[in-house]
Amino acid sequence: MTDAAFPDGANGAAPRTTTSLLAQDARTRKRNAAEARFRAYGIAAIAVGLVFLAVLVSSIIFKGVGAFQQTFITLNVELLEEKLDKSGTRDIEAIKKVTTFGYNPLIDAALAQAIAETGIENPFSKGKDLRKMISSGAAADVRDYVIENPDEIGKTVEFRLLASSRVDGYLKDRVTRESLARDKNLSPEHLDIVDALAGAGVVTKAFNTDFITGADASESRPEQAGIGVSMLGSFYMMLVVLACALPIGVAASIYLEEFAPQNGFTDLIEVNISNLAAVPSIVFGILGLAVFIQFAHLPQSAPLVGGLVLTLMTLPTIIISTRASLKSVPPSIREAALGVGASKMQTVFHHVLPLAMPGILTGTIIGLAQALGETAPLLLIGMVGYIASNYPDGVIEGFMAPNSAMPAQIYEWAKRADPAYYERAWGGIIILLLFLMSMNIIAIILRRRFERRW
Amino acid sequence: MSAFWLLIILLAFAAVGFVLGRGRALASVNGERRRLHSLPNYYGSNVAMLAFVPAVLVLAVWVVVQPLVINSSVSNHIPAELYETGGELNLIMSDVRRVADGLDLAVKNGMLTTDEASSIDTEATDLRALLGEVGVALGSEIHPSVLSAAQVMRAQIATGNLFRSIVLLVIAAAGFFIAIRMTSGEFRARNMVERGIRGLLIAAASIAILTTIGIVLSLIFNTLEFFRLYPARDFFTLLEWAPSFSGRGGASSLGLLPLLWGTLYISVVALLVAVPIGLFSAIYLAEYAGPKTRSIAKPMLEVLAGIPTIVYGLFALLTIGPMLLSVFGDDGFGWMQGQRSVMTAGLVMGIMLIPFVSSLSDDIINAVPQAMRDGSYGLGATQSETVRQVVLPAALPGIVGAVLLATSRALGETMIVVMGAGAAARLDLNPFEAMTTVTAKIVSQLTGDSDFASPEALVAFALGMTLFILTLGLNVLALYIVRKYREQYE
Repeated sequence: MTDAAFPDGANGAAPRTTTSLLAQDARTRKRNAAEARFRAYGIAAIAVGLVFLAVLVSSIIFKGVGAFQQTFITLNVELLEEKLDKSGTRDIEAIKKVTTFGYNPLIDAALAQAIAETGIENPFSKGKDLRKMISSGAAADVRDYVIENPDEIGKTVEFRLLASSRVDGYLKDRVTRESLARDKNLSPEHLDIVDALAGAGVVTKAFNTDFITGADASESRPEQAGIGVSMLGSFYMMLVVLACALPIGVAASIYLEEFAPQNGFTDLIEVNISNLAAVPSIVFGILGLAVFIQFAHLPQSAPLVGGLVLTLMTLPTIIISTRASLKSVPPSIREAALGVGASKMQTVFHHVLPLAMPGILTGTIIGLAQALGETAPLLLIGMVGYIASNYPDGVIEGFMAPNSAMPAQIYEWAKRADPAYYERAWGGIIILLLFLMSMNIIAIILRRRFERRW
Repeated sequence: MSAFWLLIILLAFAAVGFVLGRGRALASVNGERRRLHSLPNYYGSNVAMLAFVPAVLVLAVWVVVQPLVINSSVSNHIPAELYETGGELNLIMSDVRRVADGLDLAVKNGMLTTDEASSIDTEATDLRALLGEVGVALGSEIHPSVLSAAQVMRAQIATGNLFRSIVLLVIAAAGFFIAIRMTSGEFRARNMVERGIRGLLIAAASIAILTTIGIVLSLIFNTLEFFRLYPARDFFTLLEWAPSFSGRGGASSLGLLPLLWGTLYISVVALLVAVPIGLFSAIYLAEYAGPKTRSIAKPMLEVLAGIPTIVYGLFALLTIGPMLLSVFGDDGFGWMQGQRSVMTAGLVMGIMLIPFVSSLSDDIINAVPQAMRDGSYGLGATQSETVRQVVLPAALPGIVGAVLLATSRALGETMIVVMGAGAAARLDLNPFEAMTTVTAKIVSQLTGDSDFASPEALVAFALGMTLFILTLGLNVLALYIVRKYREQYE
């Protein structure tokens, strides 16, 4: 390029290389190659980032969808009167005295009968061995049904019972015959039976509503575990966050943006807010543990405490976005209001705040989404290790009684080191991400719909 | 009267005050609203505010202070031979509290009369069974002195609450009557109310300061308590991390260095992944990409920042870990023992940090004035030469700031290392070895532990303090650099 500008023999003896405008010289080629390489690095970097995203999303989806399907065994259980209600009076107290152990033989008989109907040989003589195919919670389901409908005793009723997690895993290709060799919970003979029963339509896979609405189960019964209760815990926590963080955040932003004088105190607040935004979340957990539990004696694992900790964490996010949207309201609005005699306070509350509201709501929703996915501080206030097996009794219990939260529940499942629970954890993540996605989409729609360009 | 009912009464007071204040203001000008200084509602609000706010503030302070005062006065009633350390005293005091609460509950449920409750003794009745019935579970038999302390506590709480009700009602009434007396046509009620609201706004803004103070105090007090039980020198210099949960104190060695090493090692791996990818993406997006590519690729990358860390943790544990193990494990190179390792956690953390580096650098590169690029092009430089020799040097301080912010994120990240890095503290160079970090140990030392008397639990606060100081220092430095740089081109 620039070579052409030098006249012939500018540096003495060097013979002038004849170059054409159409053919590139070596140096230009080199520079162009460097340019292309540099560009390729950029494209490669973005591609790598997107590949990571794709791998992450696909591994979530592939491993998680299984949790929404569950294997059921449909059995005709004969509710024998002599087993369940010896007196024959249908006295509910007497029926309740029969524990789940009393129901097991009935289920065994029904299962044996179903196997006999398919024509396959039953290699198990003991009901206990046969029963390994069915969830250990199945007897409780039957018992609950009988206590609810005592009149059905003596009849044969069709039940859709949960299969055990190993059978479920076999139908989802998680458990293979080889892997069962080291597993004393199920044997390959069981799988032959499962194959036959599946062919006969007794063993079926169906959509698993219990995973979405159900409660957590003990470690040995992954097939029963659901995320419903912890979802409710998360919901109560989000209520606390919304009720505390929104008013406090908006009030603080109004002060800082509209009233605060330029002085040391204001600077102190600003520095604090920007630093709190970057403090690791686990430190907020330590704060919650020390202040709310150690000092104020609030109950451990309660959604109230979790909500308070998350409030402190989300406050900076909400304040930053609220200030941005207050700032975007043009000064002419304020001047007009002041001009017709409104006080400063009236100007802010009657004119500026309503105009900034869409932006504030958007920021709040994004802050809530952040809080919903946060796990680390919840570990410290005792939300992990607590088995959320019951729905809270009322609204007050919802806030005060120990509960789990969605991310804490997912962590709890991941800790249990059972492939069946891993599947639940991935499934829980799908639900969590669906919530986050819809919250973010609502925020984007709000912004698109109500954002004003002045 | 419980705090809840007091609050209801105060609210009722305020409501009555509002109506009366408004009425009195209107009456003082014979119903001619134009002669009032402020709108009538402001007069009402003023009365309500003066009746309600001071009383509620006192109530809030009282609720916090009373238990502290009663606790310290009751703990003097416990004979010194019952306990040796402060931790044991704490346990006894929580028993005392539970007995006192249980007796109150029993009276409320009608199982005891008030007289019976205050004259009960451990000889005549099985107190533990009785309290068990109202749902208060006690670990051991109740010592007579615990019961007497509980009785003292109940008496003090009762007098405290009585005084509280009286004081609060007097304050509320005083505020009410002062405000009513002030109310007249000329009174500047609006200015008064607005001053009150302003106070409220300032209070809300101060919560940020309070939070910081809360963090610092809760860390400092517990850290000092830890250093009383465990020598500070050992904490900072020991090369071993081996807490013992069987015996108390002495037996465990709690050295910070192996944890710090794990933290730094994982962060370095994460930054080695995140910085090149993030920086090159930012350069491409800012300098080369057309608006269309930019509008797709940028939000896609930023999705990575919105994914909760628990998801990354599970991804590390169940996807990346096994993947690495199949390549570097015994079937492959044989460097890796289990799926948890520095590499697993570092790689996944790096993915998480990509959008941090890329969006911040993108902003900074975009802030470099176009004139500088134009000058470079004018001299005949290619685009990549311009980026390397003009744009990047100009943006360097900002990029350093972005990397520092990402580092502070990496140091404080918890879920990924808890699930991906392992639990054993190790000083090792092999990146495929499991190591542990400061955050992971905070979690494991504090989870499920409500007794903060042992050094093994308290060490978590010292670790938290270390983490807080490290990240705070990095943030302040990063913000300083970024801010200084921004001013340069504005």
